[in-house]
Amino acid sequence: MDILLDILSWILLISGSFFTFTGAVGLFRFPDFFSRTHAASVTDTLGAGLILIGLMLQAGWGLVLAKLLLILVFSLLASTTACHAMAKAALKSGLKPLTYSDQENSAEETTSKH
Amino acid sequence: MKHVLALSVMLSAFWLINSGHYTPLILLFMVVSVLFVSSLCHQMDVVDGESQPLNLTFTIPLYWLWLIKEVTVANIAVARCVWKGADSISPSVIKVKANQKTDLGIVIYANSITLTPGTVSIDLSDNEITVHALTRETAADLLTGEMDRRVCKVEG
Amino acid sequence: MFVIPAIILLVVMAIALARAFKGPTLYDRILAVNTFGTKTVLLIAIIDFLAGRPAFLDIAIVYALINFISVIGILRFFEFSSKTTIEEEP
Repeated sequence: MDILLDILSWILLISGSFFTFTGAVGLFRFPDFFSRTHAASVTDTLGAGLILIGLMLQAGWGLVLAKLLLILVFSLLASTTACHAMAKAALKSGLKPLTYSDQENSAEETTSKH
Repeated sequence: MKHVLALSVMLSAFWLINSGHYTPLILLFMVVSVLFVSSLCHQMDVVDGESQPLNLTFTIPLYWLWLIKEVTVANIAVARCVWKGADSISPSVIKVKANQKTDLGIVIYANSITLTPGTVSIDLSDNEITVHALTRETAADLLTGEMDRRVCKVEG
Repeated sequence: MFVIPAIILLVVMAIALARAFKGPTLYDRILAVNTFGTKTVLLIAIIDFLAGRPAFLDIAIVYALINFISVIGILRFFEFSSKTTIEEEP
């Protein structure tokens, strides 16, 4: 049973690290600020969630588990709020999202191919 | 009154989780500080159905489960886009309508949109949320309005 | 078994710092610093298990709170300053 828990926790930690790394790569590969927020959102939701759940499996019943759960809930709430605040501030300061010309809903935005 | 009570219970739980010492003196400190903070919040008039949404207690766990599933699926889609490179994304700005009755419902909807990778809510005015979507698929998913319906159901 | 995730997190933090140096706009830098902060919280949580000392988790909680407040604070600061702080994309 212990071995099983170890293996499961190991898988969660590695896949969480993979998603975190993917998000970091996305920070570099995506062309503009608004698409980069999506990449950061990957690291903040599934990356952090899987790593923390993997740690929870190692913690056993007790205060450590409760604290890890607290960190998970708080980081989910805070990352969405911070992400929305950044996107809204960027839009308000005049940063234009990069969009594609075949999107009929975004007629008022500047369109550019890269 | 029940909102103040809910706030006190939550603050006590927070203290008990973070403290780890359960001697009578420390517990007395807990009671004093919880009473102080609760009365302070009560006098500031910030303890109401918006900061302590008790009416959502039984409807929101099911929504969370659905949201976790959605977030996982969307994460895998965005991760695939990252490894395919910048050519696989088609960013767009769309406007969606929020049909919730209360401000709290609209905020839950906008926050759920932001939590799901691939869509970020960038502006909110009255009942209209401006959303930046990473690909055409994520935009189409949002425009089906399933999330909107489910948040309306949570609101009751 | 906690060493490999810790190393990957350090690499991710280095990439986020590189993005913060590279820019090109102010908001890219803030986004990168926010990512750096959330990864620091995860790293502290993992170090807790590496070192076997539960006290580190309290630091992680405090760091998560400070990181959130600081990002919101920086955004508020630039909201009221002049618009010339936005650099043009090259």
